[in-house]
Amino acid sequence: MNEELVLSVDHVTSGYHTGGLLRRGEYREILHDVTFEIHHGEILGLVGESGTGKSTLAKTILGMLRPEQGTVTHYTKRPQMIFQDPYSSLNPAYPVRWIMAEPLRVHGRYDAAERERRVREMLKLVELPEECLDARPEQLSGGQRQRVSIAVSLIQQPKFLIADEPVSALDVTIQAQILKLLKQLRDELDLSYLFISHDLNVVYQLCDRVLVMKKGRIVEQGMVDDIFDHPREEYTRQLLAAAE
Amino acid sequence: MKRTRMNGCLKAGLIIAGVLAALIILGCFWTPYDPNAMSGGEKRLAPCLAHLMGTDNFGRDILSRVMKGAGTTFSIAAATVAIGAVAGTLIGALTGYFGGVVDEVLMRVNDALTAFPSILLALVIISVVGPGNKYNVVLALGIVFIPSYARITRTAFASARDANYVKSARLMGVSSWRILWVHILPNTVQVLLPALTIGFNNAVLAEASMSYLGIGVTPPDASLGYMLSEAQGMFTVAPWYAVGTGLTIVLMVFGVGLIGEGLQRRERGVL
Repeated sequence: MNEELVLSVDHVTSGYHTGGLLRRGEYREILHDVTFEIHHGEILGLVGESGTGKSTLAKTILGMLRPEQGTVTHYTKRPQMIFQDPYSSLNPAYPVRWIMAEPLRVHGRYDAAERERRVREMLKLVELPEECLDARPEQLSGGQRQRVSIAVSLIQQPKFLIADEPVSALDVTIQAQILKLLKQLRDELDLSYLFISHDLNVVYQLCDRVLVMKKGRIVEQGMVDDIFDHPREEYTRQLLAAAE
Repeated sequence: MKRTRMNGCLKAGLIIAGVLAALIILGCFWTPYDPNAMSGGEKRLAPCLAHLMGTDNFGRDILSRVMKGAGTTFSIAAATVAIGAVAGTLIGALTGYFGGVVDEVLMRVNDALTAFPSILLALVIISVVGPGNKYNVVLALGIVFIPSYARITRTAFASARDANYVKSARLMGVSSWRILWVHILPNTVQVLLPALTIGFNNAVLAEASMSYLGIGVTPPDASLGYMLSEAQGMFTVAPWYAVGTGLTIVLMVFGVGLIGEGLQRRERGVL
C-alpha cells in the first residue's frame, strides 16, 4: 500500500447544537476523540450500528459540520460524496445530461462542447447507455441512478470519495454490480474511498481496511481479513455474528 | 412523451379562457356599442338580437360593458398575482432556505398579516394610498397576497434545503443564488402552479368584492365587480345584468382553475 495520505482525522470531537433564537442551545456530542488516516488508493470501510455517528463523521470530514476539537486535514482537493438514497440525490427537475454537466458549468472551466464530451466519457466509464442522457431521474432504475450520482461525483475529478451506504437501498444483484464498478473506478482513476456501511458482507467484499465504530468511538481498526478472522473486541464479534 | 400531451381539464380550461381572452382583446378595440353611452329609449331591455346581453337602467349595452369590464378585472387580477407571487416567492425562498433569525421574524410578521381577513387588510391599505384608482387596487391586493405565497414557497424551499440533491449541489460548490433559482425553484412548480391559479381566482373575487363595496374601480372604468354591484340594485327589473356579469366572473375563475388543474395533472403524468 502507498504510504501517501489523502486524509487524516486527528482526535476529532464533533456533535450538534440544538436550540434556536429564544431557547438556550444544548450541545450533544456524537463523535468522541476519533483518529484515523486514509492512504492513497485505499478503500477504508467504516462499520457500526445505525445511530453510532457514521454519517456525522462523513459530514465533519466534508466540512458540513465543524469539529469541536481536533483537526481534519485533506491532502487532496475537496472530497465528493455519494449518498445512500439514489432517489433523492439527483435533482428530479432535470435530465441526466444537465445534472452531470452542472459541476462543470458551475466551475465554468469548459465550453458547451467540451462539457458534452466529458459527460459522455463519464457516462461510458460508469457503464450507462447514451439514452440515459435525456432521461429524468424518475425514469431510471435505482442502480442506474446510483451510477449517475457516482458519475456526477467523478466528473469533478476528485481523488477521494466518501460513500455513505451507497448500495444499501439497492437489491443484492445491483449491489454487486455497483461494488464492482466502485472497485474498477478506484483502479482506473486512482481513487481512495471512505466507505460507510452497516453491512459487513459488503465491507468484506470491497474494503482493504476497516474501522469499527461504537457510540461515536472507534473501537477497533485493521486490515479487513484480520478484523473478520480475529476480532478483538466483543462489539465487533457481535456485529460479525449479526451479519452471518 | 407524456409531458406534451393534453388532458381534458387543460383543453376545457384553454377553450373557456381562450373565448374570454378573445372577447377581452376584442373589447380593447371594438365593442358593439359604446360601453358608457346611455340611451333613454332602450332602458332595461331583455337580451335580444340588437343587445345580446340586454341593457341596464341607463340603456347601456351590457355585452359591451362586460367586454370592457372583464379586461379591467383580468388585468387587475393578473397584476395582483404577479406582485404577490414574485415578492412572496422571493421572501419565501430566502427565509425557507436560509432559516435563522430573519426567517423567524419575517414569518411572525407573516402570521400577523394572515390573521387579518384579506379584504380588511386591503381596506386599510386602500385608505392609506387612496381609493378610486385601479393601480391602488392592484397595489393593495398585491400586498395582501404576498403572505400566502411567502408561506407556500417557504415550506417548499425549507423541505428542499435538506434534500440530498441540494446537499450535493452545495458540495459541488454551486452558489446559493443558483441553488435557489436553478436547482430548487423548478421543483416547487408542483406547489406554486396551483397557488398561482387559485391566487388568480381569489384576486378576481377580491377585486369584485372591493368594487362591490365601492372602494375598487370607479367610473368611468368598468370592472365586473363594480358592474355586479350596480346590477344588484336592479336585480328585480333587469336580472340579466347580474346573470351576465356574474356568469362572466364564474367562467373566468372556472377556466383558469381548469387550466391550473390540467397543468398539475400533466406534471404528475395523470390524464
